[in-house]
Amino acid sequence: MTARARRLLAIGAVLAAVGFPLVAMRFDLGFYVGFVNRVMIFALAATSLNLALGFCGLASFGHAAFVGVGAYTVAILAEHAAHGSLFGVIPGTTSAWIAWPAAAATSGVVAALIGAICLRTRGIHFIMITLAFAQMLYFFTVSLKTYGGDDGLNLAHRSDVGLGVRLADDTHFYYVVLALLCAALYLMGRLVRSRFGRAIVGIRENEVRMEAIGFPVFQYKWVCFAIAGALAGIAGALLANHNAFVSPNALHWTQSGMLLVMVLVGGRESLFGGVLGAATLLGLEEVFSAWTTHWQLPVGAILLALVYLAPRGIAGLFGREPMA
Amino acid sequence: MSVSLVVEQALNGLQFGLMLFLMAAGLTLVFGIMDMINLAHGSLYMIGAYLAATVAGVTGSFWIGVACACAATALIGVALEATALRPLYRRDHLSQVLATFAMILVANEGVRLVFGDQSPPLNPPAALSGAVALGPDLRYSAYRLVVIAVGAGVAALMYLLVNHTRVGMWVRAGASDRGMALALGIDVPKLFTVLFGIGAGLCALAGALLGPILAVQVGMGESILILAFVVIVIGGVGSVRGALVGAILVGVVDTCGRAFLPQALKAVFPGAVADNVGPALASISIYALMAAVLFWRPQGLFPAQA
Repeated sequence: MTARARRLLAIGAVLAAVGFPLVAMRFDLGFYVGFVNRVMIFALAATSLNLALGFCGLASFGHAAFVGVGAYTVAILAEHAAHGSLFGVIPGTTSAWIAWPAAAATSGVVAALIGAICLRTRGIHFIMITLAFAQMLYFFTVSLKTYGGDDGLNLAHRSDVGLGVRLADDTHFYYVVLALLCAALYLMGRLVRSRFGRAIVGIRENEVRMEAIGFPVFQYKWVCFAIAGALAGIAGALLANHNAFVSPNALHWTQSGMLLVMVLVGGRESLFGGVLGAATLLGLEEVFSAWTTHWQLPVGAILLALVYLAPRGIAGLFGREPMA
Repeated sequence: MSVSLVVEQALNGLQFGLMLFLMAAGLTLVFGIMDMINLAHGSLYMIGAYLAATVAGVTGSFWIGVACACAATALIGVALEATALRPLYRRDHLSQVLATFAMILVANEGVRLVFGDQSPPLNPPAALSGAVALGPDLRYSAYRLVVIAVGAGVAALMYLLVNHTRVGMWVRAGASDRGMALALGIDVPKLFTVLFGIGAGLCALAGALLGPILAVQVGMGESILILAFVVIVIGGVGSVRGALVGAILVGVVDTCGRAFLPQALKAVFPGAVADNVGPALASISIYALMAAVLFWRPQGLFPAQA
């Protein structure tokens, strides 16, 4: 596909996404607005993983932990807005303007701390050590009995945005999520084409050579991992709002596996890999679960077929991107 | 805290650790020899437990159920290895994660389709339902003692097989350097198919023996799979001895941590906090140990590679 065709496709996709709720409401398909919301939130989470995995070669098997930390940040702040301040110092809030950046910051800091240790390992060891840290965070959330422990924590309502936007309305929430997803993709596209982006792709391709030319490889990987974590935190904040609920399940290793599967199915090394993967996986789930309670069987079979037939993911079927 | 309680929890830990070893032994060889991440290993454990429950239900004999489950799961393992897994060896780790993750979905739903939504009951044999007096004030479940004995017996057999037979020598050669073993004329692919079958059979044994203690249900493989990965990372990928030490370490730390950490923490923190944090801390400590091993000794405590 040429660069021009790619750009037209992207613009067409954004226009279709903008028009979708209007059409859906017109034909009384409001349910699907909620479904597409979920797809876009997971697309954002998968895209954040793709930044680390696809562009920098950091195969994290614990990415759901950062999504979960973001989700818990929003939920805990909302809880304290209702019942007294956190540690008696930090007042709670339900404002999206404070809670969502706080979620990104918390996840980013957690990713930086974990990354400082994990990034000293490579290959299979990196996969396993990120899994280990994600499991620690999972059991940490299970132990948070004040915030529901195993049972999770309900949000009384979605975050407040002001400016006439009411997130309780699924259509309003839809446009907020869409705007954030588009902004994230745009910024990530810019990032990947920048000097920083070329450096991390170089590190993915040949770390030793990049080190030899004088790039501070560890610092590049570290920053990339922290950015990916922060972006996952925003996806987590949206997920908490979407479900009005968070539980340790959001951090379970199968969720990390799901995000990995989304990226690999959609196509690592492609800017839109995360979006394609999330849409494919959740779309298949939606279609088959309407059909049979045993939907996991055909979905699993299709995924298995994709491993053998499309090794570069769905995006790979459209040819290589110039900057991948 | 009495001595008998400590002994009882230590035995529980040993029993769980030995079952973990049955899972980890196969997994570590797959990982070590073929450099393959197999997430579907937990599915074999689940399939084994379901087969055991079904056959035991039909025949009325627990041990016939266990034996049939091991044999059938070993055959399933051989078939799986020869068809679906073999093309994956040459692919990168992430493709293996994707493919075997998909296999988990297929296996979970396949089990639901074949065996139904309800968890089948799996009861230990009536003769073992009681408790045995091990000391003045210590009575311990007879069934768990048998599980420990079977686990220890299998571990000893594995040790003899791997360390004192020609086949075992081939296995160790394959784990330490596959290319060299191939060059010396060892048919590593065929050897590996057999090994995978044995590993699958051991998974089924673990699933069948743990069935009466834990529950036989869909998804039972996922939680134990990750623990098995912890075990082989701690022990050293490809090392059966490492898997044994790692498994018992993880089993004892997990079980005793859950039992004793809340009480130990009560000495320092208020009761409610200790009750909440204790069990989580036990789980976290295992993963912290795994992270520490990966950080300071990535080859594991008992590395297979020279």
